[in-house]
Amino acid sequence: MPGSLSKDVVTVILVMAILIWVMPLMISTYTLTVLIVYGMLGLSLGLIWGFGGILCFGQAAFFGLGAYTYAVAAINIGESTLPMIIAVLVPGIFAALLGAMMFYGRLTDVYLGVITLVVTLILFKFINSTAGPQYTIGKARLGGFNGIPGFQTLNVPGRPDDYIWGDSYFYVCAVLLALVFLGVSALLRSSFGRIAVGIRENETRMSLMGYDVRARKTVLFAVGGAIAGLAGALFANWAEIVTPSLFSLGQSAEIIIWCIVGGLGTRFGPILGAAGLAYLKFLLGQQTLIDNTLITGLILVLFVLFLPKGIVPALANLWKVSFGRRPLGRIHQQRRMRNRGRTNG
Amino acid sequence: MVETVLESQGLTMRFGGVVAADNINFKLRARELRCLIGPNGAGKSTFFKCVTGLQTPTEGEVFMRGEETTQWMPHQIASLGVGIKTQTPNVMDSLSVFENIWLAARRFQNPKEADRKTHEIIERLALGAIARVDLGRLAHGERQRVELGLVAVGDPWLVLLDEPAAGMSAEDVDRMTGIIRELNKTAAIIIVEHDMQFIRSIAQMVTVFHQGKVLMEDHVDRVMTDPTVRNVYLGKKA
Repeated sequence: MPGSLSKDVVTVILVMAILIWVMPLMISTYTLTVLIVYGMLGLSLGLIWGFGGILCFGQAAFFGLGAYTYAVAAINIGESTLPMIIAVLVPGIFAALLGAMMFYGRLTDVYLGVITLVVTLILFKFINSTAGPQYTIGKARLGGFNGIPGFQTLNVPGRPDDYIWGDSYFYVCAVLLALVFLGVSALLRSSFGRIAVGIRENETRMSLMGYDVRARKTVLFAVGGAIAGLAGALFANWAEIVTPSLFSLGQSAEIIIWCIVGGLGTRFGPILGAAGLAYLKFLLGQQTLIDNTLITGLILVLFVLFLPKGIVPALANLWKVSFGRRPLGRIHQQRRMRNRGRTNG
Repeated sequence: MVETVLESQGLTMRFGGVVAADNINFKLRARELRCLIGPNGAGKSTFFKCVTGLQTPTEGEVFMRGEETTQWMPHQIASLGVGIKTQTPNVMDSLSVFENIWLAARRFQNPKEADRKTHEIIERLALGAIARVDLGRLAHGERQRVELGLVAVGDPWLVLLDEPAAGMSAEDVDRMTGIIRELNKTAAIIIVEHDMQFIRSIAQMVTVFHQGKVLMEDHVDRVMTDPTVRNVYLGKKA
């Protein structure tokens, strides 16, 4: 990855500042907040799929788990700081356990997809069937398909009565997304991130070089789970209710579509894909002419056919072709061709 | 007495009813260069896979520097300081030559030292002009050379190469021979190979495999002239 981390920090702060200033002029902060949350969710899958090569069909499981963990913890604890932390840890640990089981069991990609899908289904079915009064965790009733309403939402740390909501909640989410983005950038620039990309490219080679592929994939998977959990907790605070639909297959499928449309193997692509498609869905939801899942499906098909690498890589290429220097690789290749010609002639 | 770096005792590998490797006893001394030859299906590659941990033998033991490694995973064996190159090119195609070698160097070094070693290897293998090119865009010979670089950068004391000369031009093979000789100054090397030209140019001791067994083990000149070996391997016309 070219450039340095400090350059990343400056770019992210600048871009974020401009977006935080400009976007609310066009879209209400209430809508923007959920777009940011989805962006973070997209980034979580973008990290493990795009850079770790782990296609998880159940990223919604960690998202829903984060949301439910927050709701349950907030009802039991009250003040929101600790519940937020627990809501990141629980999905992270759950992902670590699930990942360890899959990677140490040497499952191939197909089974990995099936298992993550089934886990999501199990959680969905389970939460849906917890309507009875016997399903409680501490003071919190799980509430079945009605979900859990009425929990303590985000407050200023240490002051349970100072709620963070509306515009200020939007700023909090935006800053958190920027922080997570920088965290992911730092991770990808570190040895761990570079090795993860190596594993994505060729697992056998990496293990023949002495890397324990299983452990590294498990850790990366857990990080992805934790980020999805954070997004879930933020979503719970935004919606002020959690329902089993968070775990739905539709949600899981959407995350995958966001990544494909935005661009796999980029950090920015999944965020853009998530926010863009979620906003489109929001707009389409306001009309009754066409069903919006049809449109989402159509977009996916068009992208797979005509822009399989996604928006961000396509834009980056366009930028390179029109303004950039010639890619270094090509120059070297030409030089090599020349050298070869010389030795042959 | 010179240290034995690799030893197998009664190594046997069965796939169903087929015995791919049958009771193989093998010893390799430090800094020895050994070639394994034999017709297709003789058990060379199976032996190679059992030693590198890619497969677990049905019976028998493998020792490296006195430590039993029979049930080990490839990454554990590699972590001992064993460099492995498989038959098919195994590289990270969408990463640059530098990144490929750096990843191998990073396993045993801190990031700074890994940078330095990577530059050193790139220099040594004359890969400087293509250091920033993605592996997927390189010619076969160059990819093989990079893969040898991945192996060399870890400063291994044992190197296992499965058909390093396969599909390469004469010029590339020459260069490869040079690199292997260089590696051999510090490491014991096993080469599984088909290319007799290459074997003649590099081999000292040769182990001949036939039908899962070790047929003979001797100096290359005697092996090449041995009538039994000619029959099973070279064909009668040679």
